[in-house]
Amino acid sequence: MSGGRWFLLQSGLLLALLVLLLLLCSQRVDHAKDKLLPARLQLVRTLHLTDFALWSEARYTRHPSQADWFAPFQDFPSSFEHFPAGSLMGPLPARPATRIEIHRQPSGTTP
Amino acid sequence: MMRQLKILDFAIASLRRRKGKSLSIVVVFAFTVAALSSVLLLTHALRREATQLLAGAPDLVVQRVVAGRHDLIPMDYQTDIEKIPGVRRVTPRLWGYYYDSLTGANFTLLGVSGAPDGLTMLAGRLPAGPNECAIGSGVAEARAITTEDELYLISQDNLGVGFTVVGVFSANSTLLTHDLIILEKQALQKFFAFPPDRTTDLAVEVYNPQEVDMVAQKIKRIHPDARPITHGEIVRTYDAVFNWRSGMLLSIFSVALVAFCILAWDKATGLSAEERREIGILKALGWDTGDVLLLKFWEGTVIALTAFLLGITAALLHVFWLGAPLLVMVVKGWSVLFPQFQLVPYIDLQQLFILAFMTIVPYLVSTVVPCWRAAVTDPDSVMRG
Repeated sequence: MSGGRWFLLQSGLLLALLVLLLLLCSQRVDHAKDKLLPARLQLVRTLHLTDFALWSEARYTRHPSQADWFAPFQDFPSSFEHFPAGSLMGPLPARPATRIEIHRQPSGTTP
Repeated sequence: MMRQLKILDFAIASLRRRKGKSLSIVVVFAFTVAALSSVLLLTHALRREATQLLAGAPDLVVQRVVAGRHDLIPMDYQTDIEKIPGVRRVTPRLWGYYYDSLTGANFTLLGVSGAPDGLTMLAGRLPAGPNECAIGSGVAEARAITTEDELYLISQDNLGVGFTVVGVFSANSTLLTHDLIILEKQALQKFFAFPPDRTTDLAVEVYNPQEVDMVAQKIKRIHPDARPITHGEIVRTYDAVFNWRSGMLLSIFSVALVAFCILAWDKATGLSAEERREIGILKALGWDTGDVLLLKFWEGTVIALTAFLLGITAALLHVFWLGAPLLVMVVKGWSVLFPQFQLVPYIDLQQLFILAFMTIVPYLVSTVVPCWRAAVTDPDSVMRG
């Protein structure tokens, strides 16, 4: 097979793969609209949720929409998280994995 | 048509002669496209998800601000707000944060009353009694517990309190419930030792969505220390958050883009002696300037199109099938509990077309233009260097 035909075939295959992925994505979007979205909306409405549970490290990241005025992402346009501290301080190292398990004794038993 | 195919054959043969160089450009180009489009796909999907899900958020959330900080709101405010015309319902929301020293994670505790049934994303049920709780999948994972197990927390009075897990939210709801612990309202009030006449904030439902801003103004007039947050503000905050997140990541990856541009520019402007000789020979053999430019155009197209298709395909697989593991390292921040991205693959095709235009066209231009300069020179002087 000549180089040109090989390139056309390879590009056609890559394009077909891309179109297939886009079709699968659109199928997942349809599925989400039918099944997931109503269920998630029900959750938001029932529990009166206002924010995503994505970043739980600080109040203003756990509930960006409910944070103090001077916190990032609020009304003041330049108050986005540009604090120099964020670029100097790293997260704490992981804590030792200590586990304490406490179980209720059935009533009437003695330890 | 046949002429174009023959020139394309020649272009491929020419690229194969410089296999290492061509391949390295394809790899770097594809990586740049994959990195940029991963950020765009992820943030667009999150933004769409926020817009759609937060459509169910309360019309208004009323907080009380004391000394510039969020404070508990007196229950009397509920009665005052209910009297405002246009207000359908006011529901007190009771919630707070809990730092779990065992896992180093922060949980969000939320009180419910009346234990509404039929939540499809909850395996089990919501708590109905003072010793029961429902938890998000992140809490279940961090504490290695499931339904019927006990969840022990330290209360405001420094006492260990046990709650029986009666429900676990499904992994499909993790974006909303990952760190949530739902308790019965009275139990939460006791746990946090909330004063009985106070609540965290008030969720207000308004009959006509167009009157939300007016109701907010009236609330502010009645209670100057109140801070009404409208539904529109909640959605706009998320738009800003993901634009910013996207901007930060894009600025990180822009370094890769700049490096690629330097590589492409160097390759394109600094024609090697071999390439110059090739152009000279072609011209001496009777190729005109247009043919040489067409050859370079096809060479650029082969590289740019292959790299773009590879990059976009990799980005789609990375974000929507693998859960964006490479981006999570950056996006995760300091969170101990971080949900796995199981995003609905909302794709903005316009973004993809813009990305294609912004990467393929500059590469083609930087390939063809310098060759044009060599191609218009006398073949003899080009071959002699």
